[in-house]
Amino acid sequence: MDPNVKVVVDTMWVLVTAMLVFFMNLGFAAVESGFARAKNCVNIMSKNFIVFAVSSLGFLVLGWGLMFGDGAGWIGLQGLFFASGADNSPATGEAYKGVYSAISWAGVPLWAKFFFQLVFCGTAATIVSGAVCERIKYVSFIVFSFVMAMFIYPVVGHWIWGGGWLAKLGMFDFAGSTVVHSVGGWSALAGVLILGPRIGKYDNGNIKAIPGHNLSLATLGTFVLWFGWFGFNPGSTMAADPAAIGHVAVTTNTAAAAAIMTATMTSWLLMGKPDLGMTLNGCLAGLVAITAPCAFVGVGTSLLIGAISGVLVVVAVMMFDRLRLDDPVGALSVHLVNGVFGTLCVGLFAQDKITGTATGNGLFFGGGLKLLGAQLAAVLSVAMFVFAAAAVTWLVLRATIGIRVSREEELRGLDIGEHGNDAYAGFQVFATE
Amino acid sequence: MKLIIAYIQPHKLNDVKQALYKAEVFKMSVTNSLGCGQQKGYHESYRGVPIEVNLLKKVRLEIAVNENFVERTVEAIIEGARTGQIGDGKIFILDLVECVRIRTGERGGASIG
Repeated sequence: MDPNVKVVVDTMWVLVTAMLVFFMNLGFAAVESGFARAKNCVNIMSKNFIVFAVSSLGFLVLGWGLMFGDGAGWIGLQGLFFASGADNSPATGEAYKGVYSAISWAGVPLWAKFFFQLVFCGTAATIVSGAVCERIKYVSFIVFSFVMAMFIYPVVGHWIWGGGWLAKLGMFDFAGSTVVHSVGGWSALAGVLILGPRIGKYDNGNIKAIPGHNLSLATLGTFVLWFGWFGFNPGSTMAADPAAIGHVAVTTNTAAAAAIMTATMTSWLLMGKPDLGMTLNGCLAGLVAITAPCAFVGVGTSLLIGAISGVLVVVAVMMFDRLRLDDPVGALSVHLVNGVFGTLCVGLFAQDKITGTATGNGLFFGGGLKLLGAQLAAVLSVAMFVFAAAAVTWLVLRATIGIRVSREEELRGLDIGEHGNDAYAGFQVFATE
Repeated sequence: MKLIIAYIQPHKLNDVKQALYKAEVFKMSVTNSLGCGQQKGYHESYRGVPIEVNLLKKVRLEIAVNENFVERTVEAIIEGARTGQIGDGKIFILDLVECVRIRTGERGGASIG
């Protein structure tokens, strides 16, 4: 192909898929508010809306530079602020001259790379919102999101996608089971632990169900996320590479489909009836799990990965409740548990060069423990760093501006307390729990 | 026979239900209602324009009881709903002239319990 035409086609692909990933913000907003109570709907919508603005600014000001700037194995040091370092994209390989060499393999202009990476940063930040909802102070969430977009996410991103120490170790995360989902998940876990459960969730030793107020909205949001994932995974080729993008689209969809079936069946068996919330979370679990391995495993394997993730998510939801970790939307079970699982799946199921990338084979394809070891190193190091960084941030916020709304405000709902708004003015809403 | 009508804070409904259960009062009707008393109301706003919300969300309980159950019902409602702050609510006790159970046609005290 004419190299100029290739740049045009690749840029189109990268930007269109980035726009699909942007659309996932709507998916998260709908899923989270649907799974929460009507009295907190304005607050959840506000958080999901503002978090993309926060990520956009944070990633522009510092995040991109820390993540992709040349520098040490731990952190980027060059071209830190406003993505303003030297760069002659779309030149690639030997011809590339600039300070963002870790992403110089992508033959698209700098701002196309930036925009694509930005929407991923936004996704990581928005994962936290659901787990801490119905009790967190709006302002504390905004501050935490800035820390996430400007520091926590880019540092891990540098390790894996920015040419850092995990990349050099031979660790692979195609579209972000670790970089995006586990990072969001560990941050959310720290938040859930430090915030404590919602009032009434674990009364007198009993686990109480607090039903979401709009499962139609949650279903709509899950469809939007599923749709957005066809940008998230196939777009991570950052090139309109015909064989790879077709392959990735099919592994992604197959895992989601398998997970929907197994999550539904598991909830049917364990709870007596097929719970819609579990079916929806099953879809998301399959998508998160296939995000790291989607370009490194075969379609048959993606079916197996999805099937396992669907069972995992249902069991995890029940486990987190037993542990008294109150996660109103299941973000920990979806993004943390399956982010970790998907990352390990690369080490178990990878087939060398199946779409071109030389990952080496995983354990079950005769590659031994080398790849699995690198994946495990990533899981553990990311867990320690993100959990610690997030916990410190939450604790500092708790000691300064506070992270939890007052008891009265929580009971009446954050919509009135935080925003002075009513999500469903003119409707009578029961606010009895 | 008496009809006990209580207006309470919505979020205290669970506590009241549990207190009533302990007092062996198992029958009640619950409806959403709006009302105002000493609490006055609160402020909302819509696109920057203030809204005076004068009518607050309350929950209305209706419980029909025989005479010997009146005191313990009232005490249970108070136990569950009281926080000591303005807005806890009110209880009204009315004479109930007649009561009919539709299924059997029973009348009077027998049809309440």
